[in-house]
Amino acid sequence: MSVQNTVVPRSGNWRKGEERTAWLLATPAILLLGSFLIVPFLMAVYFSFTDQRLVPNPNLETQFIGFRNYQRMLDDDTLKHALLNNFTFVIVVVPIQTGLALALALLVNQKLRAMNLFRTIYFTPVVTIMAVVAVIWYFLYNPGSGLINSFLQSITFGLFKPVDWLGDKNLALPSIMVLSIWQGVGFQMLIFLAGLQEIPDSLYEAADIDGASRWQQFRNVTIPGLRNTILFVVISTTILAFRLFDQIWVMTKGAPEDSTATMVLHIVQQGFSQQKVGYASAISVFFFLLVLTISILQRVFIKEERHV
Amino acid sequence: MAVRTEQLAPAAAGTVHGTGYQLRRLIFRLLDYGLMILLAIFFLFPLIFMLVSSLKGDEGQVLRDMSSLQAFVPSSISFQNYQDVFKNVPFGRNMLNSVIVTGGIVALGLLVNSMIAYSLARINFRGRSIVLAVVVSLIIIPFQAVAVPLLLLVNSLPSFGLGKPGWIDSYHVQIIPFVADAFSIFLFYQFFIAIPKDLEEAALVDGAGRFRIYWSIIIPLSKPVFATVAILQFLSRWGELLWPVMVTRGDSYRPLPVAMQTFFGQQPRQWGDIMAFAAMVTIPVLVIFLIFQRWFVQSVTSTGVKG
Repeated sequence: MSVQNTVVPRSGNWRKGEERTAWLLATPAILLLGSFLIVPFLMAVYFSFTDQRLVPNPNLETQFIGFRNYQRMLDDDTLKHALLNNFTFVIVVVPIQTGLALALALLVNQKLRAMNLFRTIYFTPVVTIMAVVAVIWYFLYNPGSGLINSFLQSITFGLFKPVDWLGDKNLALPSIMVLSIWQGVGFQMLIFLAGLQEIPDSLYEAADIDGASRWQQFRNVTIPGLRNTILFVVISTTILAFRLFDQIWVMTKGAPEDSTATMVLHIVQQGFSQQKVGYASAISVFFFLLVLTISILQRVFIKEERHV
Repeated sequence: MAVRTEQLAPAAAGTVHGTGYQLRRLIFRLLDYGLMILLAIFFLFPLIFMLVSSLKGDEGQVLRDMSSLQAFVPSSISFQNYQDVFKNVPFGRNMLNSVIVTGGIVALGLLVNSMIAYSLARINFRGRSIVLAVVVSLIIIPFQAVAVPLLLLVNSLPSFGLGKPGWIDSYHVQIIPFVADAFSIFLFYQFFIAIPKDLEEAALVDGAGRFRIYWSIIIPLSKPVFATVAILQFLSRWGELLWPVMVTRGDSYRPLPVAMQTFFGQQPRQWGDIMAFAAMVTIPVLVIFLIFQRWFVQSVTSTGVKG
């Protein structure tokens, strides 16, 4: 990336002025990122080897305890549940949300009347904050005669028996998945829509002339044309899914029996509610490494794909 | 929006194909719209449910209606629940807090992030490539992984004479950590390197300084990316729950998401009131979204295309 190859006359003084200006422009952001992202990150690494507490006990000095926090993680059942829940969430939600987003994008990309309206409607949940979404769905999931129970009962002519969606340890996480998809899918739909509109019309015209069916056109023109978009959506949805917190915090706080525990919830409960900053930091470092590894794996995957 | 379904379903078919074809097309079209309407219902029913329930002044009515289609029929319109919310919690204060915090982050963020992006994109200073590499790699650090140590950090910072230890329970503790944002810098950077240099060269020859160029040439040329970053930052900050849960203690600085969660947690639950609260959080943003719809769409799409 060449930045300067200009005809502007430049003396040594001018260069010095340029350097100074550049750093002046860059300094606020560098200071802020340094103080509120890099320093806390290094603190997390450091604290993870100590028994640091949120409000230090004046009689009990914070000590260096080596890898004991990391060892503790091995015996932490809630952490294991959290990890499992995060992976389950990702494995279920990412494909469904990506698929649904693509389907919605294909629908609203049709050249028909009122497409703008449908696009707006499908995007509406995205501008609703998660705390509100969680509260509304909590009401909808009401055990007994909540709307969702009653709806399922009436469409199955009474075969369906009302359940306690958020209180049953097998149903709580799937219930939260549904509202998470409901809230987030509109965002990915728009990204797919942009991807669809970048595919040149000529490709479809050519396919038409060759007598390709709509399904063949979808398989051989649309999907290859969207490859980078699909990977972007998969990566960003995966990372977002690993950060799962808001809806859990409002609705279940990990209950019942850790069935909705997540990594971020566990970090907050250990570090903030129980004030064990050292231990929470160890989980944070692990969480970061996990997200990093997954992003790197996915990025490697993209690179390979692009060379094909 | 849609560009090319025309080719997929050969138009003007009536003359070429028979009436059977036309009938098939009509049925297909009806199914198509039917599906889209069903999906629209799926995406709208919780919001309509919220709105209608909030307008039922009688709590018993809300509960009786919640299991049937009555839930979507505003039998009698009453603003009792809304009055209750204002009576029981400082909703206006929470809204103001949210506006100040989000507004502060977005406004300062636009300035700070675009400034560094401009210097990275246009000035060849020593250390430039390192700064750029560090910024790009910072995108990957999830805020959640630094939240707890950050809490400890802001707790030990000087409090600007507010009589409290550290930064806890203030506006700046909610604003300052989020102003600089690596992803926003990246979006600005990508936009700036694509702007042709001619205008700037001419201005440099005329003796304009870099600040002047940034202010009077770059910013006016970069409205789309400013709108994109503003909207994306707004969407991600407005609903923030984790950080304000940790750093606010009472209603004086508490933003809407935490206030929503606390209000929801109060027993006994008054669902009518809760839905009124939820509606008042949602409707203003919904209105803004409908007004600036085009920009929302463009800003979201511009994050995805680069893959």
